[in-house]
Amino acid sequence: MSKQPIKKKKDEVETTGHSWDGIEEYNNPMPRWWLWTFYACVIWGLAYTVAYPAWPLVNGATAGLLGKSTRADVAAEITRFEEANADIQQKLVDAELTEISADPELNSYAQNAGAAVFRTWCAQCHGAGAQGAQAAGYPSLLDDSWLWGGTIEEIHTTISYGIRYDDDSRFGDMLAFGRDELLSDEEINQVVAYVQKISSQEFDEAALGDGETLYMDNCASCHMEDGTGEITLGAPNLTDAIWLYGGDADTLFETIWGGRAGVMPPRGGAPAAVVDEAMIRAVATYVHSLGGGVATE
Amino acid sequence: MALIDKHKIIETNASILFALSFLVVTIGGIVEIAPLFYLENTIEDVEGVRPYSPLELEGRNIYIREGCYVCHSQMIRPMRDEVERYGHYSLAAESQYDHPFQWGSKRTGPDLARVGGRYSDDWQVDHLKDPQSVVPESVMPKYGFLLNKMVDGKYIQDVMKTNRMVGVPYTDEMIENAFSDFNVQIDPDGDYEEMLERYPGAQVRNFDGEPGISEMDALVAYLQMLGTLVDFSTFTPVASR
Repeated sequence: MSKQPIKKKKDEVETTGHSWDGIEEYNNPMPRWWLWTFYACVIWGLAYTVAYPAWPLVNGATAGLLGKSTRADVAAEITRFEEANADIQQKLVDAELTEISADPELNSYAQNAGAAVFRTWCAQCHGAGAQGAQAAGYPSLLDDSWLWGGTIEEIHTTISYGIRYDDDSRFGDMLAFGRDELLSDEEINQVVAYVQKISSQEFDEAALGDGETLYMDNCASCHMEDGTGEITLGAPNLTDAIWLYGGDADTLFETIWGGRAGVMPPRGGAPAAVVDEAMIRAVATYVHSLGGGVATE
Repeated sequence: MALIDKHKIIETNASILFALSFLVVTIGGIVEIAPLFYLENTIEDVEGVRPYSPLELEGRNIYIREGCYVCHSQMIRPMRDEVERYGHYSLAAESQYDHPFQWGSKRTGPDLARVGGRYSDDWQVDHLKDPQSVVPESVMPKYGFLLNKMVDGKYIQDVMKTNRMVGVPYTDEMIENAFSDFNVQIDPDGDYEEMLERYPGAQVRNFDGEPGISEMDALVAYLQMLGTLVDFSTFTPVASR
């Protein structure tokens, strides 16, 4: 520390006159840039309260000259997108279901919109990748084994009306053969063995007994004599390796004993205003394209 | 300039400095807070919003106890993406009987403000038991123990009285019948008409499908009513609010 600058400065700047234990304080002004920024902020602040909703008065707050309203903004933004998409949505509704995937523009819109709707309303049960969840009986949509049909028209109907949800829904009735005492536990075990036999699994030969006869009497009317199922009744194919709830003996017993009645709400539970006809068509197109879609004859 | 030169008096006198600082903060506080209590557009009355039924309230307490709010918010913000995913943006009135509110600012899981009716009871129970069984990529912990913990509604009256102390308009009739209302909401064969009169729109079901009232019943009853009280087909929010 040299003494020279201190002395020189002391000559130029006066002190405040405060003195604490002999230590004095220079009375330097605030830097100009700082001062002007400060004044500018004050002016900005006042202008802001004039332009935007701010001051609370007796009956309400000032609305602001710019008329800013978050609620109005979001409504306007939604309207803007609805208008921008109106043409192609209408085109989607007017098109034949089977023609959608042939039109590149329409297909691209339907695939993207359908995927978004799927992730919002369908993925909770069918999985983000449409793989389903067997433990809970939510079917995979990736394979070509369909409970209610895999043509785009059938998928469209399923999404529109749901399954076992209300009077308009698709309806199939897998009876509770055990609980309702239609079959004894022993008879159910025989049917289980027979179902495992026709699905080419290992089965308990000793338990088979009258399994085939019992199957023909009780099951064949829906699942067909050869076990291939019937799509109009939602009766699954029992001869393949794809199981809705599981093909092991315990799960099959549970299925036959207590019946099954999985529910799918129409439009995945979405309000009709949210998932409208155009969006149902978009999801149908998306699901149809996932790998298991069946071509319309 | 004369007045400004007087600041030396304030700066060199701690008591005056303290008193004047307090005065300034008080004025700021009054201007910012007081209008919230009288301005009509901050107290939006919306048809359909009612205090929670006893079983829903029990479920809400379980929701808070388990810290669901740490990962789930209950506030749909007025933005297009949120409105399209979750439904109509939340109204202040929809959480007016929440003490404390569950708005939240952290979403590890999705917003739950309108989860009511979006899934079946079965799905909710399956999902709470083992979230990964239905949503493999989920990081949510398992809450299967709720099925085994039974609730008896012993203290539900006290909870309602406490809520009344902080402003929830529970009537004497509601508090008197708290225990029976609590039990009847899970019994579709029961005499639930009066309960529905007190709590319009309450859902009466055996929520977990198991006998008795478990914490699962209460929590699912709460989840299934979230965001369902306001009928947006008849209610149009005022844009200036």
